[in-house]
Amino acid sequence: MKLTKSFNRSLWVFHLNTGSCNGCEIEIVATITPHYDPERFGIKLVGSPKHADVLLVTGPVTKMMAPKVRRVYEQVPDPKLVMCIGSCGQSGGVFYDSYNLDGPIDQVIPVDVYVPGCPPRPEAIIYGVVKAWEKLERLEAAQ
Amino acid sequence: MNGDTTKKSTPYTVPIGPVHPALKEPVMFNFLMEGEVVKSVDFAPGNVHRGIEWMGMRRNPVQIVHLTDRICGICGIVHSLSFARAVEQIAEIEVPPRADYIRTILHELERMQSHLLWAGVAAHELGFDSLLFLTWRVREQSMDLIENLTGNRVNYGIVQIGGVRRDISNDQILLIEQGLAYYRGLLDQMKTVFLDDSTIRMRCRGHGLLSYRDAQLLCAIGPTARASGLAMDVRHDYPYCAYGDLDVQPVLPPQEFGGPQGDVYDRIIVRLLEIAQSIDIIQQCLDSMPAGEVLWEKKLPKLLSILKKAHGEAIGRVEAPRGECMHYVRMDGNDAPATWKVKASTYSNLMSWIPMLKGEQLADVPIIVASIDPCMSCTDRVTIIRNGSADDLTKEDLTQLSREKTRRFSRC
Ligand code: SF4
Repeated sequence: MKLTKSFNRSLWVFHLNTGSCNGCEIEIVATITPHYDPERFGIKLVGSPKHADVLLVTGPVTKMMAPKVRRVYEQVPDPKLVMCIGSCGQSGGVFYDSYNLDGPIDQVIPVDVYVPGCPPRPEAIIYGVVKAWEKLERLEAAQ
Repeated sequence: MNGDTTKKSTPYTVPIGPVHPALKEPVMFNFLMEGEVVKSVDFAPGNVHRGIEWMGMRRNPVQIVHLTDRICGICGIVHSLSFARAVEQIAEIEVPPRADYIRTILHELERMQSHLLWAGVAAHELGFDSLLFLTWRVREQSMDLIENLTGNRVNYGIVQIGGVRRDISNDQILLIEQGLAYYRGLLDQMKTVFLDDSTIRMRCRGHGLLSYRDAQLLCAIGPTARASGLAMDVRHDYPYCAYGDLDVQPVLPPQEFGGPQGDVYDRIIVRLLEIAQSIDIIQQCLDSMPAGEVLWEKKLPKLLSILKKAHGEAIGRVEAPRGECMHYVRMDGNDAPATWKVKASTYSNLMSWIPMLKGEQLADVPIIVASIDPCMSCTDRVTIIRNGSADDLTKEDLTQLSREKTRRFSRC
Protein backbone atom coordinates (compact mmCIF):
# COMPACT_ATOMS: atom_id res chain seq x y z
CA MET A 1 0.00 0.00 0.00
CA LYS A 2 1.53 3.29 -1.10
CA LEU A 3 0.20 6.56 0.24
CA THR A 4 0.49 9.58 -1.95
CA LYS A 5 3.08 12.08 -0.79
CA SER A 6 0.77 14.87 0.02
CA PHE A 7 -1.64 14.63 2.91
CA ASN A 8 -2.96 17.94 1.80
CA ARG A 9 -6.59 17.39 2.56
CA SER A 10 -8.78 15.71 5.08
CA LEU A 11 -11.05 13.16 3.53
CA TRP A 12 -14.62 13.55 4.66
CA VAL A 13 -17.00 10.72 4.05
CA PHE A 14 -20.77 10.55 4.01
CA HIS A 15 -22.39 7.24 4.66
CA LEU A 16 -25.54 6.19 2.84
CA ASN A 17 -27.54 3.10 3.73
CA THR A 18 -29.52 1.83 0.75
CA GLY A 19 -31.18 -1.10 2.42
CA SER A 20 -28.29 -2.96 3.95
CA CYS A 21 -28.46 -5.40 6.83
CA ASN A 22 -26.58 -3.05 9.19
CA GLY A 23 -23.58 -5.33 9.20
CA CYS A 24 -21.61 -2.94 7.02
CA GLU A 25 -22.93 0.07 8.94
CA ILE A 26 -21.60 -1.09 12.24
CA GLU A 27 -18.28 -2.00 10.68
CA ILE A 28 -18.05 1.51 9.22
CA VAL A 29 -18.75 3.06 12.60
CA ALA A 30 -16.33 0.60 14.20
CA THR A 31 -13.80 1.79 11.65
CA ILE A 32 -14.05 5.43 12.65
CA THR A 33 -13.90 4.78 16.40
CA PRO A 34 -10.65 4.76 18.42
CA HIS A 35 -9.65 1.13 17.93
CA TYR A 36 -8.77 1.88 14.31
CA ASP A 37 -8.84 5.66 14.55
CA PRO A 38 -8.54 6.93 10.97
CA GLU A 39 -9.41 10.39 12.25
CA ARG A 40 -5.73 10.98 12.84
CA PHE A 41 -5.48 11.17 9.03
CA GLY A 42 -8.46 13.48 8.84
CA ILE A 43 -10.87 10.80 7.71
CA LYS A 44 -14.18 11.68 9.26
CA LEU A 45 -17.88 10.88 8.90
CA VAL A 46 -19.91 13.99 8.15
CA GLY A 47 -23.62 14.63 8.48
CA SER A 48 -24.37 16.04 5.06
CA PRO A 49 -23.48 14.87 1.56
CA LYS A 50 -22.73 18.49 0.71
CA HIS A 51 -19.68 18.39 2.99
CA ALA A 52 -18.33 15.10 1.72
CA ASP A 53 -15.55 14.06 -0.63
CA VAL A 54 -16.40 10.41 -0.58
CA LEU A 55 -19.74 8.68 -0.54
CA LEU A 56 -19.74 5.33 1.28
CA VAL A 57 -22.67 3.34 -0.02
CA THR A 58 -23.84 0.12 1.60
CA GLY A 59 -26.68 -2.19 0.77
CA PRO A 60 -28.23 -3.61 -2.38
CA VAL A 61 -30.35 -0.48 -3.26
CA THR A 62 -34.00 -1.24 -2.69
CA LYS A 63 -36.56 0.17 -5.12
CA MET A 64 -37.66 2.77 -2.59
CA MET A 65 -34.12 4.00 -1.98
CA ALA A 66 -32.91 4.24 -5.59
CA PRO A 67 -34.18 7.80 -6.28
CA LYS A 68 -32.80 8.95 -2.92
CA VAL A 69 -29.41 7.46 -3.74
CA ARG A 70 -29.32 9.46 -6.97
CA ARG A 71 -30.28 12.62 -5.13
CA VAL A 72 -27.63 12.19 -2.49
CA TYR A 73 -25.05 11.48 -5.19
CA GLU A 74 -25.93 14.71 -6.96
CA GLN A 75 -25.49 16.66 -3.75
CA VAL A 76 -21.88 15.61 -3.22
CA PRO A 77 -19.60 18.32 -4.68
CA ASP A 78 -16.99 17.48 -7.32
CA PRO A 79 -14.42 15.98 -7.32
CA LYS A 80 -16.16 13.10 -5.65
CA LEU A 81 -15.75 9.41 -5.24
CA VAL A 82 -18.16 6.63 -4.52
CA MET A 83 -17.13 3.62 -2.49
CA CYS A 84 -19.30 0.55 -2.43
CA ILE A 85 -18.90 -1.21 0.89
CA GLY A 86 -19.93 -4.84 1.11
CA SER A 87 -20.80 -7.64 -1.24
CA CYS A 88 -24.48 -6.94 -1.44
CA GLY A 89 -23.86 -3.54 -3.01
CA GLN A 90 -21.57 -5.12 -5.58
CA SER A 91 -23.64 -7.99 -6.78
CA GLY A 92 -26.69 -8.24 -4.58
CA GLY A 93 -24.81 -10.71 -2.37
CA VAL A 94 -27.18 -13.00 -0.50
CA PHE A 95 -30.07 -10.89 -1.76
CA TYR A 96 -29.23 -11.53 -5.43
CA ASP A 97 -32.68 -12.88 -6.35
CA SER A 98 -34.79 -10.34 -4.46
CA TYR A 99 -37.76 -8.73 -6.22
CA ASN A 100 -37.34 -5.36 -4.57
CA LEU A 101 -33.89 -4.30 -5.72
CA ASP A 102 -32.81 -1.69 -8.26
CA GLY A 103 -29.17 -2.37 -7.54
CA PRO A 104 -26.41 -3.38 -7.38
CA ILE A 105 -25.13 0.11 -6.63
CA ASP A 106 -23.25 0.56 -9.90
CA GLN A 107 -26.54 0.23 -11.77
CA VAL A 108 -27.73 3.35 -10.00
CA ILE A 109 -24.67 5.60 -9.60
CA PRO A 110 -21.06 5.23 -10.81
CA VAL A 111 -18.78 3.47 -8.31
CA ASP A 112 -15.03 4.03 -8.04
CA VAL A 113 -13.86 1.71 -5.29
CA TYR A 114 -15.34 -1.64 -4.31
CA VAL A 115 -14.67 -3.14 -0.89
CA PRO A 116 -15.85 -6.75 -0.92
CA GLY A 117 -16.79 -8.77 2.13
CA CYS A 118 -19.98 -9.47 3.96
CA PRO A 119 -19.24 -7.32 5.88
CA PRO A 120 -15.67 -6.25 5.07
CA ARG A 121 -13.35 -5.93 8.04
CA PRO A 122 -12.52 -2.40 9.26
CA GLU A 123 -8.98 -2.90 7.91
CA ALA A 124 -10.42 -3.58 4.47
CA ILE A 125 -12.57 -0.46 4.65
CA ILE A 126 -9.55 1.65 5.59
CA TYR A 127 -7.61 0.12 2.72
CA GLY A 128 -10.48 1.04 0.42
CA VAL A 129 -10.46 4.61 1.67
CA VAL A 130 -6.73 4.82 0.94
CA LYS A 131 -7.41 3.67 -2.61
CA ALA A 132 -10.12 6.29 -2.89
CA TRP A 133 -7.73 8.90 -1.60
CA GLU A 134 -5.14 8.05 -4.20
CA LYS A 135 -7.73 8.26 -6.94
CA LEU A 136 -9.05 11.57 -5.65
CA GLU A 137 -5.61 13.09 -5.74
CA ARG A 138 -5.05 11.80 -9.27
CA LEU A 139 -8.32 13.43 -10.26
CA GLU A 140 -7.26 16.68 -8.66
CA ALA A 141 -3.87 16.64 -10.33
CA ALA A 142 -5.58 16.14 -13.68
CA GLN A 143 -7.84 19.13 -13.17
CA MET B 1 -44.76 40.99 17.44
CA ASN B 2 -48.13 39.59 18.44
CA GLY B 3 -48.92 38.65 14.88
CA ASP B 4 -45.55 36.96 14.68
CA THR B 5 -46.22 34.73 17.69
CA THR B 6 -49.54 33.53 16.33
CA LYS B 7 -47.88 32.77 13.06
CA LYS B 8 -45.16 30.81 14.77
CA SER B 9 -47.51 28.80 16.93
CA THR B 10 -49.56 27.44 14.06
CA PRO B 11 -48.58 23.84 13.52
CA TYR B 12 -46.11 23.14 10.77
CA THR B 13 -44.64 19.93 9.48
CA VAL B 14 -40.98 18.97 9.79
CA PRO B 15 -40.01 15.98 7.69
CA ILE B 16 -36.92 14.07 8.80
CA GLY B 17 -35.35 11.35 6.75
CA PRO B 18 -35.17 8.95 5.10
CA VAL B 19 -31.50 9.95 4.81
CA HIS B 20 -30.55 11.99 7.83
CA PRO B 21 -27.48 12.12 10.07
CA ALA B 22 -29.54 11.44 13.18
CA LEU B 23 -30.83 8.22 11.69
CA LYS B 24 -28.57 5.29 11.12
CA GLU B 25 -31.04 3.64 8.84
CA PRO B 26 -33.49 5.01 6.29
CA VAL B 27 -36.90 5.72 7.78
CA MET B 28 -39.14 8.69 7.13
CA PHE B 29 -40.60 10.78 9.94
CA ASN B 30 -43.17 13.53 9.69
CA PHE B 31 -43.43 15.72 12.75
CA LEU B 32 -46.31 18.09 13.24
CA MET B 33 -44.72 20.84 15.31
CA GLU B 34 -46.06 23.70 17.31
CA GLY B 35 -43.08 25.90 18.09
CA GLU B 36 -40.44 23.51 19.42
CA VAL B 37 -42.96 20.96 20.62
CA VAL B 38 -43.96 17.82 18.78
CA LYS B 39 -47.75 17.70 18.45
CA SER B 40 -47.99 14.47 16.57
CA VAL B 41 -45.74 12.18 14.63
CA ASP B 42 -46.05 9.72 11.82
CA PHE B 43 -43.42 7.52 10.29
CA ALA B 44 -42.99 5.49 7.15
CA PRO B 45 -40.68 2.51 7.24
CA GLY B 46 -40.14 0.23 4.26
CA ASN B 47 -36.94 1.63 2.77
CA VAL B 48 -34.89 -1.44 3.57
CA HIS B 49 -37.38 -4.04 2.50
CA ARG B 50 -35.44 -6.69 0.61
CA GLY B 51 -37.98 -9.48 0.47
CA ILE B 52 -35.93 -11.87 2.55
CA GLU B 53 -38.84 -14.16 3.38
CA TRP B 54 -39.71 -14.48 -0.28
CA MET B 55 -36.12 -15.38 -1.09
CA GLY B 56 -36.08 -17.85 1.78
CA MET B 57 -39.04 -19.71 0.43
CA ARG B 58 -36.84 -20.58 -2.57
CA ARG B 59 -33.90 -21.92 -0.56
CA ASN B 60 -33.35 -24.87 1.72
CA PRO B 61 -33.11 -24.41 5.49
CA VAL B 62 -29.33 -24.73 5.60
CA GLN B 63 -29.01 -21.93 3.04
CA ILE B 64 -31.62 -19.87 4.83
CA VAL B 65 -29.56 -19.86 8.01
CA HIS B 66 -27.03 -17.69 6.16
CA LEU B 67 -29.80 -15.47 4.93
CA THR B 68 -31.14 -15.05 8.46
CA ASP B 69 -27.72 -13.79 9.54
CA ARG B 70 -28.20 -10.96 7.07
CA ILE B 71 -31.67 -9.92 8.21
CA CYS B 72 -29.81 -7.73 10.63
CA GLY B 73 -26.08 -7.39 11.04
CA ILE B 74 -26.34 -6.62 14.74
CA CYS B 75 -28.56 -9.55 15.69
CA GLY B 76 -26.60 -12.20 13.82
CA ILE B 77 -27.33 -14.98 16.27
CA VAL B 78 -30.85 -13.99 17.14
CA HIS B 79 -32.43 -14.56 13.76
CA SER B 80 -30.47 -17.66 12.85
CA LEU B 81 -31.19 -19.12 16.26
CA SER B 82 -34.92 -18.57 16.18
CA PHE B 83 -35.11 -19.89 12.63
CA ALA B 84 -33.04 -22.93 13.53
CA ARG B 85 -35.19 -23.56 16.59
CA ALA B 86 -38.35 -23.47 14.53
CA VAL B 87 -36.94 -25.94 11.99
CA GLU B 88 -35.55 -28.16 14.73
CA GLN B 89 -38.99 -28.42 16.31
CA ILE B 90 -40.57 -29.37 12.98
CA ALA B 91 -37.99 -32.02 12.15
CA GLU B 92 -37.79 -33.18 15.78
CA ILE B 93 -34.07 -32.59 15.95
CA GLU B 94 -32.54 -32.71 19.36
CA VAL B 95 -29.74 -30.22 19.78
CA PRO B 96 -26.78 -31.62 21.79
CA PRO B 97 -26.51 -29.96 25.23
CA ARG B 98 -23.02 -28.60 24.53
CA ALA B 99 -24.30 -26.84 21.41
CA ASP B 100 -27.10 -25.31 23.49
CA TYR B 101 -24.53 -23.90 25.89
CA ILE B 102 -22.37 -22.53 23.09
CA ARG B 103 -25.42 -20.93 21.52
CA THR B 104 -26.25 -19.34 24.85
CA ILE B 105 -22.73 -17.98 25.32
CA LEU B 106 -22.70 -16.43 21.87
CA HIS B 107 -26.23 -15.12 22.30
CA GLU B 108 -25.15 -13.29 25.44
CA LEU B 109 -21.90 -12.02 23.90
CA GLU B 110 -24.02 -10.62 21.13
CA ARG B 111 -26.30 -8.94 23.64
CA MET B 112 -23.26 -7.35 25.28
CA GLN B 113 -21.88 -5.97 22.05
CA SER B 114 -25.33 -4.84 20.94
CA HIS B 115 -26.05 -2.98 24.19
CA LEU B 116 -22.61 -1.39 24.11
CA LEU B 117 -23.22 -0.37 20.53
CA TRP B 118 -26.54 1.12 21.58
CA ALA B 119 -24.99 2.94 24.53
CA GLY B 120 -22.52 4.54 22.14
CA VAL B 121 -25.23 5.54 19.69
CA ALA B 122 -27.30 6.96 22.55
CA ALA B 123 -24.32 9.01 23.71
CA HIS B 124 -23.88 10.27 20.16
CA GLU B 125 -27.54 11.24 19.90
CA LEU B 126 -27.15 13.19 23.13
CA GLY B 127 -24.25 15.03 21.55
CA PHE B 128 -21.70 13.32 23.75
CA ASP B 129 -19.30 12.03 21.12
CA SER B 130 -16.35 11.27 23.36
CA LEU B 131 -18.56 8.78 25.17
CA LEU B 132 -19.52 7.24 21.84
CA PHE B 133 -15.86 6.69 21.10
CA LEU B 134 -15.14 5.29 24.55
CA THR B 135 -17.99 2.77 24.49
CA TRP B 136 -17.12 1.65 21.00
CA ARG B 137 -13.54 1.16 22.04
CA VAL B 138 -14.52 -1.15 24.86
CA ARG B 139 -16.98 -2.85 22.54
CA GLU B 140 -14.08 -4.00 20.36
CA GLN B 141 -13.10 -6.45 23.09
CA SER B 142 -16.37 -8.34 22.67
CA MET B 143 -16.01 -8.18 18.89
CA ASP B 144 -12.56 -9.74 19.15
CA LEU B 145 -13.99 -12.45 21.37
CA ILE B 146 -16.84 -13.14 18.96
CA GLU B 147 -14.41 -13.25 16.08
CA ASN B 148 -12.23 -15.69 17.93
CA LEU B 149 -15.19 -17.98 18.69
CA THR B 150 -17.05 -17.82 15.38
CA GLY B 151 -14.54 -16.65 12.80
CA ASN B 152 -16.46 -13.49 11.94
CA ARG B 153 -16.96 -10.12 13.56
CA VAL B 154 -20.44 -9.66 12.16
CA ASN B 155 -22.81 -12.20 10.55
CA TYR B 156 -21.23 -15.05 12.42
CA GLY B 157 -22.64 -17.99 10.52
CA ILE B 158 -22.12 -20.17 13.57
CA VAL B 159 -25.61 -21.58 14.01
CA GLN B 160 -26.44 -24.68 12.03
CA ILE B 161 -29.70 -26.60 12.06
CA GLY B 162 -29.16 -29.05 14.90
CA GLY B 163 -26.29 -27.33 16.66
CA VAL B 164 -23.37 -25.00 16.03
CA ARG B 165 -20.61 -25.16 13.45
CA ARG B 166 -17.68 -24.72 15.83
CA ASP B 167 -16.84 -26.03 19.25
CA ILE B 168 -15.27 -23.90 21.97
CA SER B 169 -11.82 -25.12 23.00
CA ASN B 170 -10.31 -24.84 26.47
CA ASP B 171 -8.03 -22.03 25.30
CA GLN B 172 -11.04 -20.14 24.10
CA ILE B 173 -12.76 -20.63 27.44
CA LEU B 174 -9.77 -18.88 29.02
CA LEU B 175 -10.14 -16.05 26.54
CA ILE B 176 -13.83 -15.70 27.34
CA GLU B 177 -13.02 -15.54 31.03
CA GLN B 178 -10.46 -12.82 30.41
CA GLY B 179 -13.03 -10.89 28.40
CA LEU B 180 -15.59 -11.24 31.18
CA ALA B 181 -13.09 -10.00 33.75
CA TYR B 182 -12.37 -6.99 31.53
CA TYR B 183 -16.05 -6.05 31.36
CA ARG B 184 -16.66 -6.74 35.02
CA GLY B 185 -13.96 -4.21 35.82
CA LEU B 186 -15.60 -1.68 33.54
CA LEU B 187 -19.18 -2.01 34.71
CA ASP B 188 -18.99 0.37 37.64
CA GLN B 189 -17.18 2.92 35.55
CA MET B 190 -19.80 2.70 32.85
CA LYS B 191 -22.58 3.10 35.37
CA THR B 192 -20.88 6.19 36.74
CA VAL B 193 -20.29 7.69 33.32
CA PHE B 194 -23.82 7.10 32.07
CA LEU B 195 -25.95 7.34 35.17
CA ASP B 196 -24.18 9.90 37.38
CA ASP B 197 -23.70 12.41 34.62
CA SER B 198 -26.00 15.33 35.28
CA THR B 199 -26.37 16.23 31.60
CA ILE B 200 -27.44 12.73 30.65
CA ARG B 201 -29.85 12.69 33.56
CA MET B 202 -31.36 16.01 32.59
CA ARG B 203 -31.74 15.04 28.97
CA CYS B 204 -33.16 11.59 29.67
CA ARG B 205 -35.06 11.64 32.96
CA GLY B 206 -38.75 12.21 32.29
CA HIS B 207 -38.32 12.29 28.50
CA GLY B 208 -39.76 9.85 26.02
CA LEU B 209 -42.22 8.51 28.53
CA LEU B 210 -43.96 5.23 27.87
CA SER B 211 -46.35 4.33 30.65
CA TYR B 212 -46.87 0.78 31.88
CA ARG B 213 -50.34 0.81 30.35
CA ASP B 214 -49.17 2.11 26.95
CA ALA B 215 -46.35 -0.40 26.87
CA GLN B 216 -48.91 -3.12 27.44
CA LEU B 217 -51.39 -1.80 24.90
CA LEU B 218 -48.79 -1.25 22.20
CA CYS B 219 -47.25 -4.68 22.81
CA ALA B 220 -43.82 -3.23 23.57
CA ILE B 221 -41.17 -5.82 24.29
CA GLY B 222 -37.59 -6.18 25.43
CA PRO B 223 -35.73 -3.43 27.27
CA THR B 224 -38.33 -0.89 26.10
CA ALA B 225 -41.07 -2.78 27.92
CA ARG B 226 -38.93 -3.64 30.93
CA ALA B 227 -38.01 0.02 31.40
CA SER B 228 -41.75 0.69 31.70
CA GLY B 229 -42.06 -1.95 34.38
CA LEU B 230 -43.29 -4.93 32.37
CA ALA B 231 -41.49 -7.97 33.76
CA MET B 232 -41.13 -9.97 30.57
CA ASP B 233 -38.21 -11.81 29.09
CA VAL B 234 -38.43 -14.84 26.82
CA ARG B 235 -35.31 -16.24 28.46
CA HIS B 236 -37.24 -16.38 31.71
CA ASP B 237 -40.81 -16.95 30.51
CA TYR B 238 -40.16 -19.61 27.85
CA PRO B 239 -36.60 -20.80 28.38
CA TYR B 240 -34.77 -22.08 25.32
CA CYS B 241 -31.20 -23.28 24.70
CA ALA B 242 -29.48 -23.51 28.08
CA TYR B 243 -31.57 -20.84 29.82
CA GLY B 244 -33.71 -23.47 31.54
CA ASP B 245 -30.66 -24.53 33.56
CA LEU B 246 -29.58 -21.00 34.39
CA ASP B 247 -30.79 -18.29 36.68
CA VAL B 248 -32.27 -15.53 34.52
CA GLN B 249 -34.65 -12.88 35.76
CA PRO B 250 -36.11 -9.99 33.75
CA VAL B 251 -34.13 -6.82 34.50
CA LEU B 252 -36.26 -3.92 35.71
CA PRO B 253 -35.02 -0.48 36.73
CA PRO B 254 -34.13 -0.95 40.41
CA GLN B 255 -35.54 0.96 43.36
CA GLU B 256 -32.28 2.84 43.94
CA PHE B 257 -33.08 4.75 40.75
CA GLY B 258 -36.71 5.22 41.73
CA GLY B 259 -38.15 2.10 40.11
CA PRO B 260 -39.55 1.84 36.60
CA GLN B 261 -40.72 5.17 35.20
CA GLY B 262 -40.60 4.33 31.52
CA ASP B 263 -38.36 7.16 30.34
CA VAL B 264 -35.19 7.20 28.28
CA TYR B 265 -33.06 7.12 31.44
CA ASP B 266 -34.71 3.87 32.53
CA ARG B 267 -33.94 2.35 29.15
CA ILE B 268 -30.28 3.20 29.67
CA ILE B 269 -30.35 1.64 33.15
CA VAL B 270 -31.99 -1.55 31.90
CA ARG B 271 -29.47 -2.02 29.11
CA LEU B 272 -26.47 -1.37 31.37
CA LEU B 273 -27.78 -3.85 33.92
CA GLU B 274 -28.37 -6.36 31.17
CA ILE B 275 -24.71 -6.20 30.24
CA ALA B 276 -23.95 -7.22 33.82
CA GLN B 277 -26.56 -9.95 33.57
CA SER B 278 -25.01 -11.27 30.34
CA ILE B 279 -21.60 -11.48 32.01
CA ASP B 280 -23.20 -13.47 34.79
CA ILE B 281 -25.02 -15.82 32.38
CA ILE B 282 -21.87 -16.52 30.37
CA GLN B 283 -20.03 -17.28 33.61
CA GLN B 284 -22.76 -19.71 34.64
CA CYS B 285 -22.53 -21.38 31.23
CA LEU B 286 -18.77 -21.74 31.45
CA ASP B 287 -19.06 -23.23 34.93
CA SER B 288 -21.50 -25.93 33.94
CA MET B 289 -20.68 -26.58 30.31
CA PRO B 290 -21.35 -30.22 29.39
CA ALA B 291 -18.99 -32.18 27.12
CA GLY B 292 -20.03 -33.85 23.90
CA GLU B 293 -20.93 -33.22 20.30
CA VAL B 294 -21.94 -29.84 18.95
CA LEU B 295 -23.90 -31.01 15.92
CA TRP B 296 -26.87 -33.32 15.69
CA GLU B 297 -25.91 -34.41 12.17
CA LYS B 298 -22.53 -33.61 10.72
CA LYS B 299 -23.20 -34.76 7.15
CA LEU B 300 -24.98 -32.01 5.27
CA PRO B 301 -26.62 -34.19 2.57
CA LYS B 302 -28.10 -36.39 5.28
CA LEU B 303 -29.33 -33.39 7.23
CA LEU B 304 -30.88 -31.92 4.10
CA SER B 305 -32.66 -35.13 3.20
CA ILE B 306 -34.11 -35.34 6.71
CA LEU B 307 -35.24 -31.72 6.53
CA LYS B 308 -36.80 -32.39 3.15
CA LYS B 309 -39.05 -35.02 4.66
CA ALA B 310 -40.17 -32.80 7.51
CA HIS B 311 -43.82 -31.81 7.76
CA GLY B 312 -45.36 -29.39 10.18
CA GLU B 313 -45.14 -25.89 11.54
CA ALA B 314 -43.40 -24.28 14.47
CA ILE B 315 -42.38 -21.01 16.01
CA GLY B 316 -38.89 -20.21 17.21
CA ARG B 317 -38.75 -17.48 19.85
CA VAL B 318 -35.69 -15.91 21.34
CA GLU B 319 -35.03 -12.83 23.41
CA ALA B 320 -33.05 -10.55 21.13
CA PRO B 321 -31.16 -7.56 22.58
CA ARG B 322 -34.15 -5.47 21.48
CA GLY B 323 -36.89 -7.82 22.63
CA GLU B 324 -38.62 -10.95 21.52
CA CYS B 325 -37.86 -12.19 18.02
CA MET B 326 -40.08 -14.80 16.39
CA HIS B 327 -39.76 -16.95 13.32
CA TYR B 328 -42.71 -18.93 12.06
CA VAL B 329 -41.84 -21.77 9.68
CA ARG B 330 -44.06 -24.27 7.91
CA MET B 331 -42.52 -27.18 6.02
CA ASP B 332 -44.49 -29.44 3.69
CA GLY B 333 -42.02 -32.00 2.41
CA ASN B 334 -40.16 -29.78 -0.04
CA ASP B 335 -36.64 -28.44 -0.08
CA ALA B 336 -37.75 -24.96 0.82
CA PRO B 337 -40.14 -24.08 3.63
CA ALA B 338 -43.72 -23.46 2.49
CA THR B 339 -44.02 -20.41 4.74
CA TRP B 340 -41.47 -18.39 6.60
CA LYS B 341 -42.47 -15.33 8.57
CA VAL B 342 -40.16 -13.17 10.64
CA LYS B 343 -41.35 -10.94 13.42
CA ALA B 344 -38.38 -8.91 14.56
CA SER B 345 -38.31 -7.14 17.90
CA THR B 346 -38.38 -3.58 16.62
CA TYR B 347 -41.62 -4.34 14.81
CA SER B 348 -43.40 -4.53 18.15
CA ASN B 349 -41.61 -1.50 19.55
CA LEU B 350 -42.11 0.99 16.73
CA MET B 351 -45.57 2.02 17.86
CA SER B 352 -44.26 3.15 21.21
CA TRP B 353 -42.56 6.05 19.38
CA ILE B 354 -45.91 7.75 19.04
CA PRO B 355 -46.71 8.25 22.75
CA MET B 356 -43.01 8.77 23.50
CA LEU B 357 -42.53 11.61 21.05
CA LYS B 358 -45.75 13.50 21.71
CA GLY B 359 -45.11 16.75 23.57
CA GLU B 360 -41.35 16.48 23.36
CA GLN B 361 -39.01 19.05 21.89
CA LEU B 362 -37.55 18.55 18.45
CA ALA B 363 -34.06 18.38 19.94
CA ASP B 364 -35.02 15.37 22.02
CA VAL B 365 -36.31 13.48 19.02
CA PRO B 366 -33.03 11.73 18.10
CA ILE B 367 -32.43 10.26 21.54
CA ILE B 368 -36.06 9.22 21.96
CA VAL B 369 -36.09 7.60 18.55
CA ALA B 370 -32.85 5.82 19.41
CA SER B 371 -34.06 4.82 22.87
CA ILE B 372 -36.01 1.81 21.63
CA ASP B 373 -32.87 0.73 19.76
CA PRO B 374 -34.72 0.59 16.45
CA CYS B 375 -33.53 -1.74 13.76
CA MET B 376 -35.21 -1.07 10.46
CA SER B 377 -33.45 -3.78 8.53
CA CYS B 378 -35.04 -6.30 10.90
CA THR B 379 -38.42 -4.71 10.65
CA ASP B 380 -39.04 -3.72 7.09
CA ARG B 381 -41.00 -6.68 5.94
CA VAL B 382 -44.31 -4.85 5.61
CA THR B 383 -44.09 -2.97 2.31
CA ILE B 384 -47.11 -3.88 0.27
CA ILE B 385 -46.91 -3.68 -3.50
CA ARG B 386 -50.31 -2.62 -4.81
CA ASN B 387 -50.86 -1.83 -8.48
CA GLY B 388 -47.15 -1.79 -9.03
CA SER B 389 -46.38 1.00 -6.55
CA ALA B 390 -44.97 0.52 -3.11
CA ASP B 391 -47.63 1.36 -0.60
CA ASP B 392 -46.81 1.61 3.07
CA LEU B 393 -49.22 0.58 5.73
CA THR B 394 -50.54 3.39 7.85
CA LYS B 395 -49.78 3.35 11.52
CA GLU B 396 -53.30 2.26 12.42
CA ASP B 397 -53.05 -0.65 10.02
CA LEU B 398 -49.73 -1.59 11.52
CA THR B 399 -50.95 -1.51 15.10
CA GLN B 400 -53.97 -3.51 14.10
CA LEU B 401 -51.84 -6.01 12.21
CA SER B 402 -49.35 -6.25 15.01
CA ARG B 403 -52.08 -6.90 17.57
CA GLU B 404 -53.77 -9.48 15.42
CA LYS B 405 -50.51 -11.19 14.85
CA THR B 406 -49.53 -11.33 18.49
CA ARG B 407 -52.96 -12.69 19.26
CA ARG B 408 -52.56 -15.26 16.52
CA PHE B 409 -49.19 -16.30 17.85
CA SER B 410 -50.28 -16.48 21.44
CA ARG B 411 -53.09 -18.83 20.46
CA CYS B 412 -50.69 -21.33 18.87
S1 SF4 C 1 -22.53 -6.84 2.43
FE1 SF4 C 1 -23.28 -8.32 3.89
S2 SF4 C 1 -22.95 -7.35 5.87
FE2 SF4 C 1 -22.82 -5.74 4.35
S3 SF4 C 1 -24.88 -4.89 4.27
FE3 SF4 C 1 -24.72 -6.46 2.66
S4 SF4 C 1 -25.50 -8.32 3.61
FE4 SF4 C 1 -25.03 -6.88 5.26
